[in-house]
Amino acid sequence: METITINKEIDARGSFCPGPLMALIGAVKAAQVGEVVAVLSADDGSKKDIPLWIAKARHEYLGAEPAAGATRFVCRKLH
Amino acid sequence: MNEEEKFSIVLFSGTVDKLMAAMTMVAGAAALGKKVTLFLTFGGLIAFRKDAWKTNRRFSADFADYAAPAMELMQAKNVPHWMTVLEQAQEIGDVTVKACGATMDLFDIKQADLEPIVGEVTGVASFIEAAEGGTTLFI
Repeated sequence: METITINKEIDARGSFCPGPLMALIGAVKAAQVGEVVAVLSADDGSKKDIPLWIAKARHEYLGAEPAAGATRFVCRKLH
Repeated sequence: MNEEEKFSIVLFSGTVDKLMAAMTMVAGAAALGKKVTLFLTFGGLIAFRKDAWKTNRRFSADFADYAAPAMELMQAKNVPHWMTVLEQAQEIGDVTVKACGATMDLFDIKQADLEPIVGEVTGVASFIEAAEGGTTLFI
């Protein structure tokens, strides 16, 4: 993944499904259009839920990468 | 409103295990942009009496042996309280909590006796009509 500036990252490790997804949604809501939001999540449910939500909510899914023993999901707010 | 975007739950149960499952469904549906309605009846309504959530330790009888371990693990793993999950769901999506008038009449409960998150009192016909065309679950 190319270097993308993350405007806001939320550490949702240790939080239970649907925690990480809810945390991402809250952060996207609070962000400006065009900003990049990331969430760190360790739970398996999020791996599917997060990209699904991003697609359904019509934001840009910038991918997932391993980070800090968990997965970092990155999303750009498009609207 | 797009009919298939409705997601309604009739919450008949008031045990912590089922409350947690129900609120997780509410949160998931709310996250996906569904119009979510939570209809509280009998056990579900009792669970929403003011402050009841603070002391409710009821657990499904069939799983009584899971009650203590489940409660301990939820504490240890920082699993959010089901009421918190519901509140968060309301923050990120369209969630309405309705109370069953019949249960309230039966137990002489007034809306003021319920948690403020309960938005309105309704009857079964209104609920079914409002839920028409969407997904309705009975928990």
